[in-house]
Amino acid sequence: MEFALSEDQRLLQDSLKGVLAGAASLDQIRKIAAGDPEASGALETALADFGLASLLVPEDAGGLGLGLLDACLVQEALGYHIAPSGFLAGALAATVLGAHPDLLTLIAAGEAKFGLAVTELTSRRDGAGVSFAEGKLTGTSLLAMNVEGATHLLAGDNEGHLHVVQMIKNDNQMRTIDKTRAFHEVKFTGEKPVACAERDARFLGIARLLIAADTLGAAQAMIDKAVAYAAERQQFGRVIGSFQAVKHMCAEMAAKLEPGRALIWHAAHALDTGDAEGPMMANLAKSYMAEAGTFIARTSTEVHGGMGFTDLVGLHYWFKRIGVNRQLFGSPEQARETAAELQGLMA
Amino acid sequence: MKLDLDPEYEAFRADVSETLTKNRHLAPTAEDKGYKNAKRIAWQKLLIQHGLAARTIPKAYGGYGAEPDILKARIIAEEFARTRIPGPMSGQGIAMLVPTLLELGTEAQKQAYIRPTIEGEMIWCQGYSEPGAGSDLAALRTSAVEDGDDYVINGSKIWTSTAKQADMIFCLVRTDPAAKKHEGITYITFPMTTPGIEIRPLVDMTGSANFNEVFFTDVGVPKSGVIFEPNKGWQVANATLTHERGMLGDPNATKARFLELVTLMKSESVNGQRLIDNVLLRDRLMKLQSEVYAMQANGLRITTSRLKGEQAGLAGLIVKLNGCDLNHEIARLAIDALGELGILYEEGEHLRADGSWQWRYMYDLGLIIGGGTAQIQKNIIAERGLGMPREPKLAKA
Repeated sequence: MEFALSEDQRLLQDSLKGVLAGAASLDQIRKIAAGDPEASGALETALADFGLASLLVPEDAGGLGLGLLDACLVQEALGYHIAPSGFLAGALAATVLGAHPDLLTLIAAGEAKFGLAVTELTSRRDGAGVSFAEGKLTGTSLLAMNVEGATHLLAGDNEGHLHVVQMIKNDNQMRTIDKTRAFHEVKFTGEKPVACAERDARFLGIARLLIAADTLGAAQAMIDKAVAYAAERQQFGRVIGSFQAVKHMCAEMAAKLEPGRALIWHAAHALDTGDAEGPMMANLAKSYMAEAGTFIARTSTEVHGGMGFTDLVGLHYWFKRIGVNRQLFGSPEQARETAAELQGLMA
Repeated sequence: MKLDLDPEYEAFRADVSETLTKNRHLAPTAEDKGYKNAKRIAWQKLLIQHGLAARTIPKAYGGYGAEPDILKARIIAEEFARTRIPGPMSGQGIAMLVPTLLELGTEAQKQAYIRPTIEGEMIWCQGYSEPGAGSDLAALRTSAVEDGDDYVINGSKIWTSTAKQADMIFCLVRTDPAAKKHEGITYITFPMTTPGIEIRPLVDMTGSANFNEVFFTDVGVPKSGVIFEPNKGWQVANATLTHERGMLGDPNATKARFLELVTLMKSESVNGQRLIDNVLLRDRLMKLQSEVYAMQANGLRITTSRLKGEQAGLAGLIVKLNGCDLNHEIARLAIDALGELGILYEEGEHLRADGSWQWRYMYDLGLIIGGGTAQIQKNIIAERGLGMPREPKLAKA
């Protein structure tokens, strides 16, 4: 028995973090948030050179054939550096397009980039929703992710099926609290899917697990920043980290985060090995990290005192990353409801 | 990442399961109450004989004499839990004194105490905390003054569970009042029948006396009871406290309790609706489940670290804090789910589960405080886990 990361997995994460430390430094992230195309282009190129796109694509389609645990480690590193990336969308597409090796090959080669229009699979409102009739998609999807620069769009219809369409020209951006990642309202006007796939419990589980891993990274960064700040900032003639009031806030953050890391590893491993509990555990992980992340986002900000509230230290980028992640692919309440359903607890 | 076990271990699991099933009829039942119950002692001896209790204690001291194997120990615990067959005896003698003796005791002490203790014939209690020495245990003041071959002990201890049933006590006493507070303490053992010892039950919020106060007035005890060396008691005690922290917050016990809660919510109905079908209660249940699963996964991580001989770091330091809190929260949801009937206690027609959820809710609060308070745990997590500075010492006035 070994419940730990392999040497290769550690190496994968460390080297990606090395790349992100440069291409997704806070200075670069600020530029990306301000809409600087050069900064976002540089980050995209750095991640493409790293080979992120091919990670989950099977080897026979030209990918690396790695598993969801590896994907979680990548997503965690992206969250740690609050880096915008199409990795999640591409990874999700790769997991459902097993019957379409042509598309998988394009993903692995970095030629197909996916946007994600699946919000309505979990929450439909304001008249949004996508219908599939006579081979065509019509309707609207809110808060589509990773649309800019994408070549394809993975969309969910009102029956819960998935479709791939060529990217639709779209500049209807929806402003959120998180300026580092762009979200769009996408209109479907009779596009013909180039591929279709089934949405099963696994699909939603993987989406939720990856977003949980992103929050894990962002929350870890917030703890690291709080501990570092508390070791420097002095008040009453002492570093504030020597006050129990501050130490206990940091201890509580760590105590909430660490089990979440183990749960994500466990859920990813369960999904990778086909364990029947995998999708259920992935939903529990989403719920767990949404709650732990929210607590850590708030507490780390408080450890930073007034500085945490300002734009000067930039902590709010992580706060917002976690806040957005909490709602993506369904709220923690919805994830818990799914987990209950998956284990037959619903009447 | 690999969670399945090698064939050798699967075979071991099958053996354990077979032994348990074959002997199940000999296991004590709810009727066999109390310490030194003949059936319980016979069962314990049988478990030792089969390597299911006192597994790594050397044969010379009455144990089974196996090499330590974390996975086998885990499999044994899992099989007891799965088959719901009563497991080995526990208690402070077995869990804390025996490992300490093995590490630091003299040959004569090992010969005298280990076999009767692991067989359940000798019960121990622990004399650590005092009214003035709780979180600051090293401030203890119970004194032991040399008198020829004896020490004469005066003072008092508190939070002493099983003091009434105990044959023996392992105790921290101050032998050098002039030394620094950590350096004048001695770890000593002596019989509870020694004249001058008075035991007063300490009734707690559960309504029963799970602990006692113990008073010592001119209690003369032989120096041969000292474990390791005089004035080295703090190091000896730290060896055993590590064992205690390991016991509190076990994720497998928490999972078993969570499953009881699921059963309760599936079987109980209010206004014709199953509790599990109440959306608000179910949401709370699932939230707890995410924490139960997270702590279980965390436990797997710790097991792996131990298998590799590495420190578990933060994953290990948080177990007591999180585990005890989670047990308390599981009991809280059970009570809320039962609603008005959740307040029933002790006995009566409509009482559920013998009132055990209320009992646990209160007792678990005791465990959040005992064995190193939640606040002390947070200090440890911050200082040892996150490398944060210690609170500066107050300058002496």
